Amino acid sequence: MIRLLARWLVNSIMLLLVVSGLTFVLVSLAPGDAARTILGQRGTQEQYLALREQLGLDQPLPVRYWDWLRGVLRGDMGESMFSHDPVSRLVADRIGVTIWLVVGALLVIAVVGVALGMASARLKGAIGRCLDALSMVGVSIPNFWFGLVLVTLLSVKLRLFPVTGYVYPAESVSGWLRSLALPVVTLAIGGIAVIAKQARDAISTQLDQEYVLALRGQGISERSIVYRHVLKNAAVPLTTVLGLMLIGLFSGTVLVESIFALPGLGGLVVGATTQHDIPVVEGVALVFALMVVTTNLVVDLLYHVVNPRIRTP
Amino acid sequence: MRSVRAFFRQPVAATAFAVAAAIILASVFANVVAPHDPLAQDLRSANALPGAEHWLGADTLGRDICSRLLYGGRITLTGALIAVAVFVALGVPAGLLAGYRRGLFDLVASRVVEVMFAIPVMIIVMVVVSVFSSGVTASMLTIGILGSGSLFRVVRGQTMAAAQELYVKAARSEGLRARSILRRHILPNIWGPVIVQTTLFSAGAILTESGLAFLGFSVQPPAPSWGSMIGEASRYISAHPWQLIPPGVLIGVIVMCLGLIGDGVRDAVSRTDTVRRPGRRAGSRRRGQAGRPAAPAVPAAPAALSRPGAASPDAASRTPASTGAGADPQPDAILSVRGLTVAFGRADSQTVVVQDVSFDVGPGESVGVVGESGSGKTVVARSVIGLLGRGGRVISGQVFFDGQELTALPPAALAKIRGRDIALIPQEPTTTLDPAFTIGKQIAEVVRRHDRRPRAEVRARVIELLSLVGLAEPETLVGRYPHELSGGMAQRVGIALALAGRPRLLIADEPTTALDVTVQQQILDLLRDLQDRLGMAILVVTHDWGVLADLTERAGVMYAGQVVESAPIEDLYHRPLSPYTRALIAANPHNATKGEPLPSIPGQVLAPADWPIGCHFAPRCALATPECSAGPVELRPAEPGHSVRCLHSASAVV
Ligand code: SF4
Repeated sequence: MIRLLARWLVNSIMLLLVVSGLTFVLVSLAPGDAARTILGQRGTQEQYLALREQLGLDQPLPVRYWDWLRGVLRGDMGESMFSHDPVSRLVADRIGVTIWLVVGALLVIAVVGVALGMASARLKGAIGRCLDALSMVGVSIPNFWFGLVLVTLLSVKLRLFPVTGYVYPAESVSGWLRSLALPVVTLAIGGIAVIAKQARDAISTQLDQEYVLALRGQGISERSIVYRHVLKNAAVPLTTVLGLMLIGLFSGTVLVESIFALPGLGGLVVGATTQHDIPVVEGVALVFALMVVTTNLVVDLLYHVVNPRIRTP
Repeated sequence: MRSVRAFFRQPVAATAFAVAAAIILASVFANVVAPHDPLAQDLRSANALPGAEHWLGADTLGRDICSRLLYGGRITLTGALIAVAVFVALGVPAGLLAGYRRGLFDLVASRVVEVMFAIPVMIIVMVVVSVFSSGVTASMLTIGILGSGSLFRVVRGQTMAAAQELYVKAARSEGLRARSILRRHILPNIWGPVIVQTTLFSAGAILTESGLAFLGFSVQPPAPSWGSMIGEASRYISAHPWQLIPPGVLIGVIVMCLGLIGDGVRDAVSRTDTVRRPGRRAGSRRRGQAGRPAAPAVPAAPAALSRPGAASPDAASRTPASTGAGADPQPDAILSVRGLTVAFGRADSQTVVVQDVSFDVGPGESVGVVGESGSGKTVVARSVIGLLGRGGRVISGQVFFDGQELTALPPAALAKIRGRDIALIPQEPTTTLDPAFTIGKQIAEVVRRHDRRPRAEVRARVIELLSLVGLAEPETLVGRYPHELSGGMAQRVGIALALAGRPRLLIADEPTTALDVTVQQQILDLLRDLQDRLGMAILVVTHDWGVLADLTERAGVMYAGQVVESAPIEDLYHRPLSPYTRALIAANPHNATKGEPLPSIPGQVLAPADWPIGCHFAPRCALATPECSAGPVELRPAEPGHSVRCLHSASAVV
């Protein structure tokens, strides 16, 4: 357990440094800098140099990075170049939306994906082949397009869900659920297809194992064999896949939040990117890396729970 | 090349390839193929639905959607091409180097890749776009770099595997230069997986490019790209939903085609791979071959392992008539198998693997079934408890347990009998325990299944069972997982599980084969001891005469799906009548080490589909005469309690 935490800590620090360092280097490579961007065409050379000094842009890159890092450790991630809101507050206001979106999508993926995989593993033949084909379609269609189709059908035509926007759970729980339903499904669609296939393979593999035959020989009911024994064993490889998929889900929020105009981090970074609001982009990148690091820990711990073989050396 | 042909022989993959190629070519030659100028606005046909003028309709500015798609493909596909080029240019060399040279580079590169996997790609792309402003190139370069980790891993793994293969070792020692090793031995092994990864990655790159374009981080309007067309259409979804459809479907189609091509390449490569390296062929174990005609049905021949109780001359003489298929079970037997015939495969192309097997097991008695692997002995054991597995079924004959016919029972009723009345000790102790549950939980589940009791009593019973099978410190053992046990301990746990339902019949399928020689004897002693104490009957399936001698009183010898001889163990061993039994014993001399597989008898064990009409052993039998192959040979009683399936058994007794 100690070893696991130590490994995680090392990996996490590496990831955070890589992401923030990469961001910094990229930004420094940019043609023109923040001072120029803020001033636009109108600024004089004096104004430009003054602003550069004020923003600390005249310092060499490692010094700037170190300053920024120290600020981050104090909880200060700089401020938006346009609204002058502190980045930490922008992030704090929005992180909840993104987390709910990702957690919701993960739950839907795990439950629906595994259920479909189970069905396709046990019902060979026509139904299994249909599910395979569906899963092929699921991974192939662009999820943002699928989201738009859902909006067109369910929100615009049938008026079952709000077209866009977010309702905070404090305002109305049912409204919150309704406002999240389509974004969650949109974000989940590709993952469902992937997990369905993986779960199908994992479950089929487990069903062919000797221990299944032995359990049958001991008179254990088919229900317990499939839902207790096989599922728990199949969970081992699936946890790894779900963990990797989570990282993709964070990426996916960028598109999904834009489609549904959700006030989350993905939407924030798209807006900031369009405006070249670099401090905000840097801050959000770091926060995404932090979220990845946290979920990695959760996944590692979960893997620990489902796989007894790694628990003892 | 063989794999290329194998690829195009798959209809799905070939179609996908054709469709993808058509889309790509149409985009490349958009200036020739496109019916309209993609930028030409024609307000009269604004928002037109598909028709003769605009095949896929027109957008809000009256621009032809079909033409815009064709031209837009150039942007999207160029973007994907950039990403793929970077992906391959980074992933392949780095993977080769890491896999071939190993060392520090491998260590560092593998760590870097591990971190790369944890980076949310889209976020870094956002950083890049925010810095370098829009345009496809920078973002797609980033995607290629961040994605190359997966290719690195695949190439590294393949290179390492190839480098370890014997021929590369040999090549290296012969002083071949690294470059020629790479070209001749490693590259041929990696190009298949590289193509698979690359097609899959290109599908992902197209999706990502479309997403970026949808967000507006690609070409500047009015130039079309697939993603930006979806973006434009999304503004009018309530009024003109149709415009959403063509770009989305097109992206979906090409992405799906790339996925199918990837699958196709994987299949084609793995198929030709097995031809190239026969040593690696997976699944070469012989099973019944579908498509062949079923083995000829043998007229109901009696195959009784008549019990000592039936050893009176009278009983022996009526055996042929009374124990044929469909005959009544012996009234006092706990298990009576009559004319059991089992086939695998679909009904129209089934292969019979067990033919007309009959035997009885009395209460508290132990009976053996001995034979080489492939003789059908395990199938017999499994069909008794209805666990034939996929595609196997009893096509005729009956299994009576305590007078109840089992083959006709619905699965649920049969499941009730398993564990409680008949229990199975499987072959491989370590793989027959569920790795995910502790020993205690597994046994407790079986105990609860057979009699519901309060928790404390279940626990007490679990401990009792573990001590019953001779395991020390059962209290600590209940918290252990299967992988923490030795083979011998695992087998004891397996026996405890079998005993949990207090069965009256134990079926032991090669109960000691997988164990160390020293442990084998302990397990055999345990089984004998348990039988003495608990008085249950045992059916032992084995290829090991030592096991047979230790545990059983009577046994049947199986060859190629049939019982060829059955007798009390003493008779069978010292006065075998069938040439096959004699060969089997000859191959296992008196002091042969227990547990070693039997030395083989000259000739090959025939696959079930190749069994002859006449005596199944005829192709390998030294005494075979033309009559032996003329027609089915029946099992007949030679002496009281001793039956044999051989035309020349008299001359066999020397
Ligand atoms: S019947 Fe003929 S071929 Fe078969 S075992 Fe007897 S002698 Fe050999």
